[in-house]
Amino acid sequence: MNHRAVDSNAPRDRAADRPSIATTPVPRAAPDHSEACPLSIHDMTVAYHRRPVLWDVDYAAPEGQLVGIVGPNGAGKSTLLKACLGLIPLASGSVRFYGKTYQQARRLVGYVPQRESVDWDFPASALDVVTMGRYGRIPWCLPPGRKQKQAALRCLEQVGMADFARRQISKLSGGQQQRVFLARALAQEAQVYLMDEPFSGVDAATEAAIVTLLRELRARGRTVLVVHHDLQTVPEYFDHVVLLNMRIVAAGPTATVFTRENLQKTYGGRLTLLDQAADAVARAGRT
Amino acid sequence: MRRTSRIIACAVASIALIAPVQPSRAAEPPRPEARRSITDTTWQWPTAAQFRDVFRLADYNTRVVVIGVTLLGLASGIVGTFAYLRKRALMGDALGHATLPGIAAAFLLLETKSLPILLIGATLSGVLGVLAVAGLRSIPRIKEDAAIGIVLSVFFGIGMVLMAFVQQMRTGHEAGLQNFIYGKAASMLERDARLIAASALVVIAGSLLLYKEFRLICFDQPFAGAQGYPVVALDLAMMALVVVTTVVGLQAVGLILVVAMLIVPPAAARFWTDRLFGMTLLAGLFGALSGWLGASLSALLPRLPTGAIIVVCAGAFFVVSMFFAPQRGILAGLWRQAALRRRIAMQHLLRALAEFEELHGRPAPVSGDELRSRRRMSHAALRAVLARAMRRNLVVRDADGRIRLTDDGRVEATRVLRNHRLWEIYLIRYADIAPSHVDRDADEIEHVLSEQIIRELEASLQTLAPIPPSPHVLGDRP
Repeated sequence: MNHRAVDSNAPRDRAADRPSIATTPVPRAAPDHSEACPLSIHDMTVAYHRRPVLWDVDYAAPEGQLVGIVGPNGAGKSTLLKACLGLIPLASGSVRFYGKTYQQARRLVGYVPQRESVDWDFPASALDVVTMGRYGRIPWCLPPGRKQKQAALRCLEQVGMADFARRQISKLSGGQQQRVFLARALAQEAQVYLMDEPFSGVDAATEAAIVTLLRELRARGRTVLVVHHDLQTVPEYFDHVVLLNMRIVAAGPTATVFTRENLQKTYGGRLTLLDQAADAVARAGRT
Repeated sequence: MRRTSRIIACAVASIALIAPVQPSRAAEPPRPEARRSITDTTWQWPTAAQFRDVFRLADYNTRVVVIGVTLLGLASGIVGTFAYLRKRALMGDALGHATLPGIAAAFLLLETKSLPILLIGATLSGVLGVLAVAGLRSIPRIKEDAAIGIVLSVFFGIGMVLMAFVQQMRTGHEAGLQNFIYGKAASMLERDARLIAASALVVIAGSLLLYKEFRLICFDQPFAGAQGYPVVALDLAMMALVVVTTVVGLQAVGLILVVAMLIVPPAAARFWTDRLFGMTLLAGLFGALSGWLGASLSALLPRLPTGAIIVVCAGAFFVVSMFFAPQRGILAGLWRQAALRRRIAMQHLLRALAEFEELHGRPAPVSGDELRSRRRMSHAALRAVLARAMRRNLVVRDADGRIRLTDDGRVEATRVLRNHRLWEIYLIRYADIAPSHVDRDADEIEHVLSEQIIRELEASLQTLAPIPPSPHVLGDRP
């Protein structure tokens, strides 16, 4: 519990606020996810095949900020996003967007999966893909209409890809494909965006375009959480940072949290015990 | 839309190329009627009149069967497109083979030849097979290919064991259960064909209704899940459509080959188009034509296994598509490569001529040997590229056979030379390549530089000079 997010905008440590009834640990009361908080995660534990990959994550994202999620490979960064979106079941804990469950708040949340997660040889144009971001607004069994396609086209314009609307997606460069994914998330017209490695494998022009876009989103009051792998650019791109390695090592404003000491804790080899414990849990589950 | 219609026209044209091969047998003289017996293995070529009747759909029963199997092909092409893109096509194979125990068990238990009952048995064991694949796959040590292989072979094995019991029953060998293995459209009754047609229409309607949702989960399942689509339910719906297609297709195509109806038409269609809608339509068209030909030939030559004919037809579409499709076909690819090679040879020629002019400081005709001393190429290659350059009026030959740039040629040569120099300077400046090596590296890239890259080069090198000077000594090329 001692690695809870320390964050000026986040609701303060709730367990500490309550008068403690007894000194023995009690089951925590239902979390008071604040309605003002774009994304609050309470006590989240996630397991793949019974092997825990995220332990006891508590976090409250500050509204209207760019948040970088940083950590070594296998730290559970993508898993954190997917678990928030209900794509992976939680072993315990809860997630709220503006105090609502994801089911209720779906329209408020946009998602950019990893570019490598799809087959880009799929028969579709850039516009087709971006239009998928509008599907949530189209009733079942009906094709997207002209209005939705025009909205999608505007999103392509925002990422500087309007000229490529009709282009088959496999004929786009990696950076262009990433921009198509971002345009699709824009088409969702969300309040909170979860982006999984949008900077991975893109050219300099795309990187600059994405940064501009992120800042525009922030200027419009959107909250963006970005899984990021390039430590060098973290201070430049992000207001807040979450250092993750199977648990939250530290979270808060970049200036205070993104320190050498915290990075060493995140990337250093001190978490082998947690890893071994996870293996033990997985083994116990199998036998 | 015009693109799509052009593609469809191309497809129809290529079908027209191979289609006449089949009916041309009609021209062969019909053999004298041989004595028919059960051991008779000689072919009975149908008469021209029979051919005419079948392809005109004159006979009512034939008409119903042919229409039924054609619709089945249409349906399997359409639903197969989604299964193919969802990378679930092999599930159809496991499913097909897994239907056999159900058919045999239904017959053994109920001793009925009633098609709906046999098909219900087929569906039950087929679905059981699909569930078994899903279950095996969730075991960490078993991968999907192994799961499919296990289910497919074990279920088929069980089915064959049960079939041995069926053969021992007095009514067994008359039941025609063997037809489910290899498919025999000719043995279909009118009501069987009606069942197939109706099921096919249901499958087509279902696929088109869920078109948008299927597209989403085929392309990006996590995103679909994040948007709140019930991914599992949609997958089940797709699988259900596959099951219906497979089960009603058993009688016509046979359980061994029924998977081909799901895979081959979409794979062929993918060569022709980059749009999902076009691919769906084309796959349906290929499937329908395969079904039509298969059922028609089966009516004419009852000894032929219908399933095999249908699959051979679909395979023919696939092979034609693979070679002759305009964009993605193998021949188109070879043609593009050859065109690129020709373009490169032309650009080399023009650049060599421009560099000669640059060295001499004036328009200078050169002999073929001088050219070949600068650019390694055979006499034949030089002759070929010169002929093309002269046809395009880029170079002319003087009376003494020496080669000279025309004004048009000089414009083009200057452009080529400039691109080459820009790229050379870029490589030296940003990629730390030694000036003495840069010529060869630039040689490989400069021919594929797009306008956009050239503009970026200009911007990053901050040069708009007509032709930057060469960074290395000209004429020292090994």
